[in-house]
Amino acid sequence: MNTSALIMMVSVESVVLILTAWFFYKVLTTKPKPEPDSYSENDDVER
Amino acid sequence: MTTNSETWGSRVGLVLAMAGNAVGFGNFLRFPVQAVQNGGGAFIIPYLVSFLLMGIPLLFIEWSSGRFGGKFGHHSTPFILQSMDKKWIWKYVGVFGIFSNIAIAAYYCYIESWTMSYVFHSVVGTFDGMNQHAVAAFFSNYLDVTTSTTGIPYEALVFFVFCIALNTWILSRGLSSGVEKVAKIGVPLLIVFGIFLAVKGITLKAGVNGAIHDGTLGLNFLWTPDFTSLANPKVWLAAAGQIFFTLSVGMGSIQCYASYLKKKDDVALNAMSAGWMNEFVEIVLGSAVIIPIAIGYLGIDRVVELTGIGGLGLGFRTMPFLFEQWGPILSAVAGVSFFGLLFFAGITSSLAMGTPGMGFMMDEFKWSRRKSAISFGIVVMILGLPTIFFFNQGVFDEYDYWAGTVSLVVFALLESILFSWIFGMNKGWREITGGADIKVPLIYRFIIKYITPVMLILVFTGALLRPANDDWSRISIKGWQLHDESIIGQLQHKGAGPNNQWFAHSFQAEAPGIVDSIYATKANRFYFRTSAMDRNGKINQKVYKYVPAKHQLLVEKGDIVKTGSVVYSGPVINRVFYIDMARLLLLSVFLLISLLVYIAWRKRTKERRT
Repeated sequence: MNTSALIMMVSVESVVLILTAWFFYKVLTTKPKPEPDSYSENDDVER
Repeated sequence: MTTNSETWGSRVGLVLAMAGNAVGFGNFLRFPVQAVQNGGGAFIIPYLVSFLLMGIPLLFIEWSSGRFGGKFGHHSTPFILQSMDKKWIWKYVGVFGIFSNIAIAAYYCYIESWTMSYVFHSVVGTFDGMNQHAVAAFFSNYLDVTTSTTGIPYEALVFFVFCIALNTWILSRGLSSGVEKVAKIGVPLLIVFGIFLAVKGITLKAGVNGAIHDGTLGLNFLWTPDFTSLANPKVWLAAAGQIFFTLSVGMGSIQCYASYLKKKDDVALNAMSAGWMNEFVEIVLGSAVIIPIAIGYLGIDRVVELTGIGGLGLGFRTMPFLFEQWGPILSAVAGVSFFGLLFFAGITSSLAMGTPGMGFMMDEFKWSRRKSAISFGIVVMILGLPTIFFFNQGVFDEYDYWAGTVSLVVFALLESILFSWIFGMNKGWREITGGADIKVPLIYRFIIKYITPVMLILVFTGALLRPANDDWSRISIKGWQLHDESIIGQLQHKGAGPNNQWFAHSFQAEAPGIVDSIYATKANRFYFRTSAMDRNGKINQKVYKYVPAKHQLLVEKGDIVKTGSVVYSGPVINRVFYIDMARLLLLSVFLLISLLVYIAWRKRTKERRT
């Protein structure tokens, strides 16, 4: 690959990869809001 | 009260469903072709600028409008928009958010059914031993719905019906048990398939398995920046257009998904995560699959020529042949991976297209989810049939142009004006930042209010008045020749050529050339072909179909024909008839949904609901 193509590809893909990973990491690690929230899987089940 | 009490199962599920909604065929088939045609690596600059100034703002607008409307129990755009401003017009603007989903689903499910069929054919080895011409002919035969490729009569129709039934069944299971489960399986799988193919594409070596170039040549071609293209408005419009297609903005499906969120839940981080995930699939994976593999086997010139027929042509006419070069087992794996990833990209999007119409029927007419899903399936099937039976007459392209292109831009423009100027940026900003798990940069308040609507106006005006040959330097106050695909050009049937009447008693040549071939296929289809060389030495061929029982051929091999020369006589139904009928059908659907919205509004007024 020529240098300009390589620089273009590596810089753009790195930025996209880093941002994608960072935002998804934030989604996975942010603490859920107190109930009732929008998601049913973390609801308390009556026993 | 509404019967619609759906919720998302988990936050990851919602983000994956939203990402799946955005990731579609365009990520793998349209983006690389657009990049090749618009300056290679330089295309990414206007593309990313459009993403930052138009894509992200629209994601914020649509996620937060959806959550806002959901507070009042609205799950489709007609009443989501009206909850933001009480003027009667907005509920009819919101019709776009149901109409475009249904109309796009009609032809989108058809492409989705091709991917199912091609997975099947890859597994059973249909393409084994076929040359490139035979693989291309297979696709043409597949589209000619009366031709069977497997012994199954009306195979294209069978796969289409099966695909719609699958979509309907998943939708009937609900958001968390249906849509979300498919997204949780489909999105990771398509990323795995994409990584496998990207690695194969990049590591392609000249001289191995019949490749004539290294895979990196394709990457080099795709990413070498041609900065002169940045001065061309065509490139900017193409980049902005790609952002629309890739993010599924301007459709109403994002608002629908977000309407199931509660007031205090985040939309900003979710929107960013889903949006950037789509960009990862498009830029990182989408650029590393079809172009590197195709250039590795066919060379740059041939691939540039093939991109002229669009990404769908390249994907379905060419890729199976290229995979065949990897041997029987790996070709089957590659075929399943490529068409499998397209299938998952497709189904996660088509499911999103089902939810706004269903949400509307459940909210307004108290339909059950099952009944709404079945009615969606039936409507999409009926609306999709013309695209199957009259594919070669241009019906498919008409759906794509009016529902899949123009409607999105019009709706996005109007919703951005509503959000930032009528609902107001003070309230709008509160909606975007309320419950946010990230700090949204303040600059976006300015961008959403001023930059995004201006960009959308430019995109719409560009599409309306697009000049011939995309030569923007010819625009003058005295007027200019319009492109066949400009909105005005389309309305005027500028591309129809000499056969511009619905019905005729003869058919005229649409391009000049020499008749170099008159032939029949095994399926008893009759054709003749004209060829002509253009100024650049490129040979342009035109193939015409005729029916000997109805038509008398008036040309022989070696005859020179001009545009407008009568080539056969007999009763003819021209393409323009099918195009007008398709438009009439789409308009009828839009009006019918508007009528339903009116009935729902009357019902709400009577029941004293707002």
